[in-house]
Amino acid sequence: MSETTPELSDALQTVLQGLGDKVLAWHDQHGDDTVLIRPEHRLEVATWLKECELHFDMLMDNTAVDFIEEEPRFEIVDHFFSTKTFKRLRVKCRVPENKPNAPSLVPLYGSANWMERETYDMYGVVFDGHPDLRRILLYPEFVGFPLRKDYDKLHEQPLFEARYPGVRETDEVINPRVGVELPIHGTEVPR
Amino acid sequence: MAVDPSKIVQLGNGKNGNLVKPYDANDDSLLTKAGLQDTVWATRLDAVMGWARKFSLFQYPFVTACCGMEFMAVSASHYDTDRFGAALPRFSPRQADMLMIVGTIVHKQAPVLRTVYDQMADPKWVVAVGACAVSGGFYQNYTSVPGADKVIPVDVYIPGCPPRPETILDALVKLQEKIQHSRHDVI
Repeated sequence: MSETTPELSDALQTVLQGLGDKVLAWHDQHGDDTVLIRPEHRLEVATWLKECELHFDMLMDNTAVDFIEEEPRFEIVDHFFSTKTFKRLRVKCRVPENKPNAPSLVPLYGSANWMERETYDMYGVVFDGHPDLRRILLYPEFVGFPLRKDYDKLHEQPLFEARYPGVRETDEVINPRVGVELPIHGTEVPR
Repeated sequence: MAVDPSKIVQLGNGKNGNLVKPYDANDDSLLTKAGLQDTVWATRLDAVMGWARKFSLFQYPFVTACCGMEFMAVSASHYDTDRFGAALPRFSPRQADMLMIVGTIVHKQAPVLRTVYDQMADPKWVVAVGACAVSGGFYQNYTSVPGADKVIPVDVYIPGCPPRPETILDALVKLQEKIQHSRHDVI
């Protein structure tokens, strides 16, 4: 993708020329330079970005988006920043649901370690080559990935049994003495 | 004046928990008969224990979220929990007898809270500060515990997001009343 338009920012033009065919799509809406790449090119694109004249030497953010209706389903989003030229660049790639794998950026950026762990924790996206890919915010006993759109938002996984059942409007509250359902406000809390 | 210990007797039912019972000239009680009405204040040992305990609350602040800012304001000199004898935060649960849960409790954290509560020596009381600690607040998702009382028993609930400092002080007074009126077993 070598054709560029005069309105494009210099940084995005440089990136488009340097990456060539690796860029599948791009835009600079609202001043945010964005390129879409294939997931298998993630590491080499980042390598080029770090070494090019723009010096994208800082990985500011890594996250993912769940497009549950679409295929490929997950979009990995990386935000790069240059502390030398003060340019910003957003790099996206799509991974499918049955094989949500992409190369890790930990060999290039130390900050990728915890951010990719969080993305894995929340979306189940697997980063190949990550030295320590395990949950970072949730506990190891947690099953599933809570920020996926098909995760039931009311589904909790407590680590031990609650002292009494149900206080929320979505919970069924049973009065143990008479065995009938009561409104929430009429529930006595056993001590 | 020397007091014969055998003549000290308990008076009153102590239901109001008053340590000091006003001297009544018409009181025909044993204390009056013993001639000790000017010397001895009669009360229950229970009430003395409650009186002592309610003014020496050593708190363990389990601060997890934004209510902590409000809690700091309460502890500082403008509102000043020291006026109620609950000034000194102890950062070891072994030395504390009032657990203040200030903020959201998440499922990952619940075992920690349980451990802290278990480590506190009896007698101990728990105050849930803010909507999150009371009921989970506006969180209803995969991570938040819907109320700290799912994990440990709570004595006083303070609503608000965050609660006003006056509300926290009011809760403190209510807890003092509860302590004064509860049974204190003397071993």
